[in-house]
Amino acid sequence: MKSIEASPELMLPGRKPIQLVDENGSAVGDLPDERVLRSLHRGMVLGRRFNRQATALTKQGRLAVYPSSVGQEACEVGATLALEDNDWLFPTYRDTVAVVTRGVPAAETLTLLRGNWHSGYDPYEHRVAPLCTPLSTNGPHAVGLAHAARLRGDSLAVLVFMGDGATSEGDAHEAFNFAAVFNAPVVFFIQNNQWAISVPLAKQSKAPTLAHKAIGYGMPGHHVDGNDAAAVYTVVSEALARARAGHGPSIVEGLTYRVDPHTNSDDTNRYRDPSDAEPWRASDPIIRFNRLLGVDESAYAEEADRMMAELRAEMNKDAHVDPDELFEHVYAEPTPRLRTQRAALRAELAADRGEA
Amino acid sequence: MAQINMAQALNRALRDAMTDDPNVVVFGEDVGPYGGVFTVTDGLTAQFGEDRCFDSPLAESGIVGTAVGMAMYGMRPVVEMQFDAFAYPAFEQITSHVAKMRNRTRGKVALPMVIRIPYGGGIGGVEHHGDSSEAYYTHTPGLTVVTPGTTADAYSLLRAAIESPDPVIFMEPKSRYWTRADLQLPARTDPMNRAVVRRTGQDVTLISYGSTVQTCMETADAAKEEGWDVEVIDLRSLAPLDEDTVCASVRKTGRAVVVHESSVFSGYGAEVVATVTEKCFHWLEAPVLRVGGFDVPYPPKDLEEHQLPHPDRILDTIARLQWEDQ
Repeated sequence: MKSIEASPELMLPGRKPIQLVDENGSAVGDLPDERVLRSLHRGMVLGRRFNRQATALTKQGRLAVYPSSVGQEACEVGATLALEDNDWLFPTYRDTVAVVTRGVPAAETLTLLRGNWHSGYDPYEHRVAPLCTPLSTNGPHAVGLAHAARLRGDSLAVLVFMGDGATSEGDAHEAFNFAAVFNAPVVFFIQNNQWAISVPLAKQSKAPTLAHKAIGYGMPGHHVDGNDAAAVYTVVSEALARARAGHGPSIVEGLTYRVDPHTNSDDTNRYRDPSDAEPWRASDPIIRFNRLLGVDESAYAEEADRMMAELRAEMNKDAHVDPDELFEHVYAEPTPRLRTQRAALRAELAADRGEA
Repeated sequence: MAQINMAQALNRALRDAMTDDPNVVVFGEDVGPYGGVFTVTDGLTAQFGEDRCFDSPLAESGIVGTAVGMAMYGMRPVVEMQFDAFAYPAFEQITSHVAKMRNRTRGKVALPMVIRIPYGGGIGGVEHHGDSSEAYYTHTPGLTVVTPGTTADAYSLLRAAIESPDPVIFMEPKSRYWTRADLQLPARTDPMNRAVVRRTGQDVTLISYGSTVQTCMETADAAKEEGWDVEVIDLRSLAPLDEDTVCASVRKTGRAVVVHESSVFSGYGAEVVATVTEKCFHWLEAPVLRVGGFDVPYPPKDLEEHQLPHPDRILDTIARLQWEDQ
């Protein structure tokens, strides 16, 4: 077998997206074992319910905003389940399903979007970085953490999510390049849902595929059917294993489609024809797995009902916020000026309450 | 005692920090075998190996962003931005992530990292090599911003910055890199968050930092001939600002001038003037004035002498502090 370094053409993605399960739910390649397939199916069903529930919570005023990943669950779940316990995940704001799949409690995951704090979970507990809003800026963070682990001799890999729009940002380029030069154990998972709010992929990049960008940095790029959870899981697993083994970073592009609006406050009718989404609804990742496994969503209905009821109960409580906390985590110790400002706010609030 | 300059003191600080703490790593552009364009990282790769001091690709946002990830993993990265204006590509990483990570994560993720930025003019540099960018950083909550005005402080403040649990923007006055002093290192000076009185005086307080501390000391000597007894304060820490030391001095002298290289409009001096006015109003004999750069892009070499504060201009400003009212 030729090494990738010796044969740069091996860094190029194939002519067609890698697919293991086709739109009809038929196996067209070597599948992961049955246990993995069931985990992928379950994760996607729970993820879809989570997406629907979170969008509903915006309508009830319990979430400020929600960027849905409906239709993208094969990417969210397939890539995340490829992680080992020791690995790290660097998500974006649209990757709440990935974060929940990683094991972060649903309500903690939604803190950012609820607005009671910026990030609601302990990144070290689950090895999940905070949801990242500025596009592609999580790329260099992932590279740095991976490089630090490598310098310490720790065996782990880092999976970082980006969207198609994010690949236009400078930090995506810098992260790809640093990772390759440092041989950092990173897998860049580009979730290409073909829309950056209202701007379609064609206005974002002229690359044959986003996975083709990889060869320019000297790393392999894989183009995967992003609605095929088995393919996403398998390709990301191999890329993570390659990274852990010291063979460097990869780009994996999952080709999918943003079926829902950018967020609940976006109106897709202003920029795309409703019929555009139809083929993608037909290639829905969950329907595909229903057919493959011969069971439908109802197999996980009870578990999903229970989880959503718990989430609703949690989100229907009024979030506890403490004005004092504004000043607590700016520095390790509040500065004299912050202490003065905290006292001023306390006094203002006491006056509002009619206290002396 | 040995004669050493500021660049050597900074180099020694990095060397001692790396010796004391294996988590300290140094990286950036040309900081490896070359030793940095100002020689501050000279010899570190040879002494500590390429895992501890290494060259990175030429991309400042990538450097700072990579340092964020390394700090998340428990390291203490010290990165170099080669020149003030070359740090601007990293501005998003600094303001959106470096400054906010502790806050965003409710204190769960600290980023003990140092971003070294050679800043200011006075070395005859070409365009983009003379900016005073400190106010961009001091305006960002979550950042600690310090700058040494003396060679002794260069060592001590950098050691303290590396030991800080918070991210520190460490601004190095590049025109003072070759200022020599008699020093026996290692030696620590005052705590990082304190301003110091460099010279005591009764009539007027000059408040400065970085390269212009020395300019103010020279001004104080010249002022004696005019009959003014000048006190000089070296702020050292721009964020946080040591208001107590500043205000104690101004309450004593009743007059103050803030001196810095950067343009005065929305410059750091505006914050000092506002603070002094608010806290020392009844002690003031005259408005607090500023001496800084004109509000123009940093000029080319042949014109920079007009942009930089110099003793004559500071003396002229002191003369405007309404002495005739006494």
